[in-house]
Amino acid sequence: MWDYVKLVALGVIALCAAIAANYARDLAYLVNAVTVMLVAGGLFLWQVRRVGDEIRPKPALQTEYMDGVIRYGVVATAFWGVVGFLVAVFIAFQLAFPVLNFEWAQGYLNFGRLRPLHTSAVIFAFGGNALIATSFYVVQRTSAARLWGGNLAWFVFWGYNLFIVLAASGYLLGATQSKEYAEPEWYLDWWLTIVWVCYLAVFLGTIIKRKEPHIYVANWFYLAFIVTVAMLHIFNNLSVPVSFFGSKSVQVFSGVQDAMVQWWYGHNAVGFFLTAGFLGMMYYFVPKQAERPVYSYKLSIVHFWALIFLYIWAGPHHLHYTALPTWTSTLGMVFSIMLWMPSWGGMINGLMTLSGAWDKLRTDPIIRMMVVSIGFYGMSTFEGPMMSIKAVNSLSHYTDWTIGHVHSGALGWNGMITFGALYFLTPKLWNKERLYSLSLVSWHFWLATIGIVLYASSMWVSGIMEGLMWREVDANGFLVNAFADTVAAKFPMNVVRGLGGVLYLVGALIMCYNMWKTVTSAPARVVRATAVPAE
Amino acid sequence: METYSLLRGFADSWMLVVMTLFFVGVVFWAWRPRSRKHHEDAANAIFRHETKPADDDPESSSEEARK
Repeated sequence: MWDYVKLVALGVIALCAAIAANYARDLAYLVNAVTVMLVAGGLFLWQVRRVGDEIRPKPALQTEYMDGVIRYGVVATAFWGVVGFLVAVFIAFQLAFPVLNFEWAQGYLNFGRLRPLHTSAVIFAFGGNALIATSFYVVQRTSAARLWGGNLAWFVFWGYNLFIVLAASGYLLGATQSKEYAEPEWYLDWWLTIVWVCYLAVFLGTIIKRKEPHIYVANWFYLAFIVTVAMLHIFNNLSVPVSFFGSKSVQVFSGVQDAMVQWWYGHNAVGFFLTAGFLGMMYYFVPKQAERPVYSYKLSIVHFWALIFLYIWAGPHHLHYTALPTWTSTLGMVFSIMLWMPSWGGMINGLMTLSGAWDKLRTDPIIRMMVVSIGFYGMSTFEGPMMSIKAVNSLSHYTDWTIGHVHSGALGWNGMITFGALYFLTPKLWNKERLYSLSLVSWHFWLATIGIVLYASSMWVSGIMEGLMWREVDANGFLVNAFADTVAAKFPMNVVRGLGGVLYLVGALIMCYNMWKTVTSAPARVVRATAVPAE
Repeated sequence: METYSLLRGFADSWMLVVMTLFFVGVVFWAWRPRSRKHHEDAANAIFRHETKPADDDPESSSEEARK
């Protein structure tokens, strides 16, 4: 019966997508509709071939964890990481050498079209897959229960990745609602809402049926990430489509209200997607890799609640000196500065988890990666509040300093903790004794770290120079520099930034090779049949 | 009174007090007497049930918890 329901649903979706493609008003919508049609049609055929099979997959054992979907998530994370970094390197060199905006690809592969592809690929595809995969891993282990909802977890994984493919192809063809980090158009927003509600159901369902008395702190962070992102996503994407057969939509809010909602979303995307979610990773993988419990569980509770209470107000600091009322931007600034406390509390908690095991830094490159990641978390959460102070912001805003800040957080904190988690997970998930090569992890570590340092330092120089050039006036009060003068002056820094990106990309490729060799040729884990004597 | 002023007045008086008290309550709750054992138990949850879920049988799962 269930098989037939699925068949009918898939058939109807494929048919509707075909009709939508037929009436499509723009190219992006047409390509997205055809993609949906092909996916639904393919799934329909796959399902048809299985109908009536006597050998049904046996009902999932509640005595085993559901790791298949996590394995797919780990592969998807590595894949999207490389895609995102590759696009990153290309657009970095487009900025340094404009000739790379090829004439024959104008309107498709120029900087403006590729930049949202890069940001979405690294944040939502690489980061999002990492968060989904690790949250599924962590919630099962710390709840001592199998994922709730059976195949719903697979729907979340594939549904999320379909969203990414549709969004990415749409960007190149011009479908965007022009909201930073919320570019996907209305129908993709609806689709993501469905997927996200299912994600919440799987996660919460697993917590509810947990066998452990406590909800481990990592799960609190993951849950805050899922719930808050749902809320942010819905409010920032309240829009009315112009046509059901076109990608264009019109926002419900307008003017300064729209700007405020956008940056309420935008900053909390940083706060809850890139911070709370990844702190969930930190609170599980750092203690696991260090083989000792988190430094202070009490501090982690206060860290959680302080972060949740403060982050949500910090958005207005993106709109200093705009049409936004002064009290609002002052409020945003004050809350951003207060965020220093929980951020540094969390950093100290993460770092001090290693107290008594600092020697591991010498021998274990994975721990080294995690520690550098926490270090960058501390550094960028120091830099961020500082830049939110109005006087500093008047220099730093609209310059490369902002981009440098974002990347020290994204490459340093999010990237490094994700690499650490991937190195932790790969041998565990494929049942291997160890990683294929630790020296390759060291190579990755150094390439990535040097890449970030090159990136961040060149952007500091470039950003402060830009800010100073923009505000420079002569004795008569005239501006000294034209905008093009700053562009010319930034050239060497732009090249260095691109080279930093190359190092980071090479590191990620080495990681992919290492993961591949771990899965294919590392020795399998030996299951000890006899009890191990207590030490 | 228009809705904006009403909500604004509520937000920066009663709601602010409620949220502040909640937060202060969380801090006291975390440092409440005799919470150490619970927190140690929670912090060590990551070292139990690494490879498979807990059995429904409470005997054997506490067995594994002790390991």
